[in-house]
Amino acid sequence: MSHKINATFNDRPLTAEDGTTVGAALMTNGVTSWRNTRKEGRPRGLFCGIGVCFDCLVDVDGEPNQRACMVRLTEGMRINGAEPDTAEEEA
Amino acid sequence: MSSSQHYDVAIIGAGPAGLAAAATAAERGARVVCIDANDQPGGQFWRHRPEDTHPEDDGSLHHDWKTYLRLRAGFDAAAAVGSLCFYPGRQVWMAQREDNGFTLRTTASAQAGRAAPGPQTVRATQLVVCAGGYDRQLPVPGWDLPGVMAAGGIQAFIKANGMLPGKRFVVAGTGPFLLPVAANIAEAGGAVAAVCESADLTGWFPHLATAARVPAKALEGTEYAKSFLKHRIPYRTRTVVTEVLGSDRVQAVRTAKVDSHGRTVQGSERLIEDVDAVGFGWGFTAQMELPVALGAETRVDDDGSLVGVVDSQQHSSVPGLYLAGEVSGVGGAALAVVEGVIAGRAAAASTAAQSSAAESSAADVRLARKAGTYRAFARAMHLAHPVPAGWQDWLRPETTVCRCEEVTAGDIAAAKEHLCATDARTMKSMTRTGMGWCQGKVCGFAVSCLAGTEGASAESLRSVAKRPVSVPVTLSELLTLEDEQVLETTTDH
Repeated sequence: MSHKINATFNDRPLTAEDGTTVGAALMTNGVTSWRNTRKEGRPRGLFCGIGVCFDCLVDVDGEPNQRACMVRLTEGMRINGAEPDTAEEEA
Repeated sequence: MSSSQHYDVAIIGAGPAGLAAAATAAERGARVVCIDANDQPGGQFWRHRPEDTHPEDDGSLHHDWKTYLRLRAGFDAAAAVGSLCFYPGRQVWMAQREDNGFTLRTTASAQAGRAAPGPQTVRATQLVVCAGGYDRQLPVPGWDLPGVMAAGGIQAFIKANGMLPGKRFVVAGTGPFLLPVAANIAEAGGAVAAVCESADLTGWFPHLATAARVPAKALEGTEYAKSFLKHRIPYRTRTVVTEVLGSDRVQAVRTAKVDSHGRTVQGSERLIEDVDAVGFGWGFTAQMELPVALGAETRVDDDGSLVGVVDSQQHSSVPGLYLAGEVSGVGGAALAVVEGVIAGRAAAASTAAQSSAAESSAADVRLARKAGTYRAFARAMHLAHPVPAGWQDWLRPETTVCRCEEVTAGDIAAAKEHLCATDARTMKSMTRTGMGWCQGKVCGFAVSCLAGTEGASAESLRSVAKRPVSVPVTLSELLTLEDEQVLETTTDH
């Protein structure tokens, strides 16, 4: 059985089984969106899931615009993205 | 520094077609290089858990896992003796044809985490493109909400991570592929509220004789019927999702019936609530950037997808360029494997000094017959599962069509009416559709349909697939082109 990987999302702890992608780690930790669109500020997360659509872009270890569906979670990884509830919240 | 190695045959992609092509070409004496965007072989069809953490995949989520294991054994054996060089985790961002073959520029699929090492430049005499495809999408109100995914994306998530991207799913679109996606969800412990298939399955009746000729192992449907019964998955034909509802993520979907002309039936709407994940798939789009960039002749197939024109050896109109799998016609994994074997044999034969014509001909006939049977089946499938003619009726002016640049159906309609944007290329100039990160891979088909008058024209689809740089790269990577030219010029003189 594989062990747990400890990483952070916006400085909060994020734990997932070794072998998962960043996107899967976020989803299974209850984070369904981590990017807001440029024009409308709409929340986005995984869509195509196979590296085609670039909707799931996220900052990983200071490297911007990484596809969360393509990057594998590693120990101590620092993931940064938009908070899910910041999109169009103040209505 | 032009230290790139020169190979006999380069294979792009390590899915069903690529694995078969690589193993076959290496077996026949060619020096082969294979490049794949993922961390390990298998492609989308045989995507599996990471082999370092889960070495004993039992293939329970997979169809025809035995074929994968057989191909993989050949692939690994070739790699072990050095006749095959495999670069996983890298993507070809540009392909060029030169006098003595092809030059491929590669980049790591991810710049963070375990960025995969590999040569920036690869050269080969023959090139086999087995780039596969991805779910074709039609926009629908609310499809940009988090929780909505490509049907194949949901399946990839399950296969790669052993987890689910939601709890209660609706899977919608058309084609037999919706069945394994729903079955995978149920087997992984998720609930499937409904599978909405837009087609009326009587579309299969005229083709039953064709379908019956396909070996049972290619017919996935029968297996999934059992799974549907076991997990009580409602399978609704002539049904489409006309709207996804939710504030900051999916909460419900609205469905409607479609009539025999593919138009939604007024008053047939139903609301399915408590849904947190939706998977859409309207057939597949082949990854045509590299063949198009290399100048390969293309055609619009029975499913409306742009694919490459090939001869009986999978050879394209470009000398030395072979296409196998979805890029020569969407037809599934069983056909892709056969095409990969044919292309691998042909590519290896054209680089080899000796020819073994007598030995080949019997096998060639057998392979050609097999491919023909699978292709007839694929054609029956395409004709039985068309994109419903009335899909544009679901759109509202504010519905997002281009997800990257946030271009709406209203923007597109206005550009068509007032700015004469009647093809995908003009639409791009006028509205920015297809100008974002994905370069029109997701919205290209829909925009081609919306701009045109009778579906997506070949011209529009070609313009959508025309991307000299096929994946985003950094400026420093672009600069390597310049450096190399300078160095090569200086060494020449």
